[in-house]
Amino acid sequence: MRRFLAVRLVQSLATLLLLSLAVFILARATGDPLSLILPMAATEEDYANARRYLGLDRPLPEQYVSFLVRAARGDFGTSLRARRPVNELLRERFPNSLKLAGFAMALSLLVAFPLGVAAAARKGTLVDTAAKTVAALGQALPTFFVGIVLIEVVAGRLQWLPAGGTGGLAHYVLPGVTLGWFVLAGLMRLLRSSVLEVLDADYVRTARAKGATERAVVWRHALRNALIPVVTFAGVSFAILVTTAVVVETVFAWPGMGRLAYEAISGRDFPVIQAVVLVTGAVVAAVNLAVDLLYVWIDPRIRYG
Amino acid sequence: MAERRRARRPPLLPLAIIVAFVAVAVLAGVASPADPYAQHLRSRLAPPIWSAGGSWQHPLGTDRLGRDLLSRLFYGARVSLAAGVVTVALAGAVGGGVGLVAGYLRGRTGALLMRVTDATLAFPIILLALVLAVTLGPSFANVVVAIAVILWARYARVIYGEVVALMERDFIAQARALGASPVRIIAFHLFPNTANTLVVLVSLQVGYVIVVEAALSFLGAGIPPPTPAWGSMIAEGRDYITSAWWVSLFPGLAILLVVLAFNLMGDWLRDVLDPRLGQF
Repeated sequence: MRRFLAVRLVQSLATLLLLSLAVFILARATGDPLSLILPMAATEEDYANARRYLGLDRPLPEQYVSFLVRAARGDFGTSLRARRPVNELLRERFPNSLKLAGFAMALSLLVAFPLGVAAAARKGTLVDTAAKTVAALGQALPTFFVGIVLIEVVAGRLQWLPAGGTGGLAHYVLPGVTLGWFVLAGLMRLLRSSVLEVLDADYVRTARAKGATERAVVWRHALRNALIPVVTFAGVSFAILVTTAVVVETVFAWPGMGRLAYEAISGRDFPVIQAVVLVTGAVVAAVNLAVDLLYVWIDPRIRYG
Repeated sequence: MAERRRARRPPLLPLAIIVAFVAVAVLAGVASPADPYAQHLRSRLAPPIWSAGGSWQHPLGTDRLGRDLLSRLFYGARVSLAAGVVTVALAGAVGGGVGLVAGYLRGRTGALLMRVTDATLAFPIILLALVLAVTLGPSFANVVVAIAVILWARYARVIYGEVVALMERDFIAQARALGASPVRIIAFHLFPNTANTLVVLVSLQVGYVIVVEAALSFLGAGIPPPTPAWGSMIAEGRDYITSAWWVSLFPGLAILLVVLAFNLMGDWLRDVLDPRLGQF
């Protein structure tokens, strides 16, 4: 177990290293940021000075190594646009994204579990049809479209909830539903088919034969084994959630990492781009590692060498 | 598993939607009632035919520049179809190739290839596409490249798993004993045995790519205006949604219908060709 942990940790770090290299190259490829920062009337000399000041005149490998060393210490430099430490921006935005993603994830789990399991247990009934419809719609409706429609109908016409910005719990509902929608659909669909498959297994028949109630069979015996593919998907869906957040945060004016990324990219603010992508990548890697460990806990048969 | 066995008949409604979608995309030039770029500033934001003030001249109404929505919807289908098919073909070819080679070689090269695959999977697709759009300017080619550059990794992962399992089989050992070259083994023994999986994965992703392309166009990083793309049409209608809801609603419904149809077709293909693949 300890060896497995070590191997997986090294693998995660190697992945992050590759990611950092890709980000570094891409960020340098987004064109000269100075043309955006400096005034139109700037001379060649102004450009040279600014380049030296920001360290952009040094050879690329050197820039990469110094970027890596500082990033490892949690120092991502200064935002070219906001002229503030990137750290500060991250500290402001990250909790907002985390809260919204947490809300969306909790929401989709809360709905997907009862609905997905019920759909499998009562296959062919109304519950099942409802679940299948939600699942199909969830994977076909573009996030931004859902967002716009919700803003127009719920916030605009009905005036039930705020359309954007942050504040109390009410502010979470619309962006949370929009963000969680896609994950909910996938999770429920997977849970349904996974429970259905397990309900066919011999040991479930045994449980039924010894007189266990249907509720105990489904929730205690079947669900535990049905959870394994679901946990995998929950890990994957977290990465999807992070990606979707760019769109949702932009539509709802939510001050999180996604919107920060959108702003940074359109402003060619590459210290910020690097930081956002690296932090996001690290979080995704950490979640995947946690998922691997969760397997062992759910399914004691799995033993990592 | 039990419920999948009955699914042999192709789903007719999704099939019809896909056929209509492809037909509209191909025949957009002939089928469109008007020029999708022609502006009629006098009839801006005209409502669809069935509401008060609608006319046959613009069956689905017009946008803020007075352009005919139905015609733009038809031409937009071209963009979505092309983006979906080209991206998925590119990603499938690269991902399938990497999966086959990595699975055949295993060892260090295989491990390295799979590390690259994992790193790619951890990269948020929209961020990359936005970076590319800003770097090289928004264009059709950049959208395709941005999505394909990430999407290939999903195919590589699955195909790699299949190939590793296939390599243990006797027919591979026999091919080797007969002196078949690695290229021959990959092309004539491994590839045909993974082709079904690849087809299913590819068909399941067309809808996804259409949604991502729409999201990018919506954010202004996809197909640049004035070319009609469903995502940017929704974005253009956003400011008028209270007074002229049709500008955003019709492209949104179009995406919904087409993606739903592709997903249902993909599900059916999986049931028929590769039931072991499970949910993906």
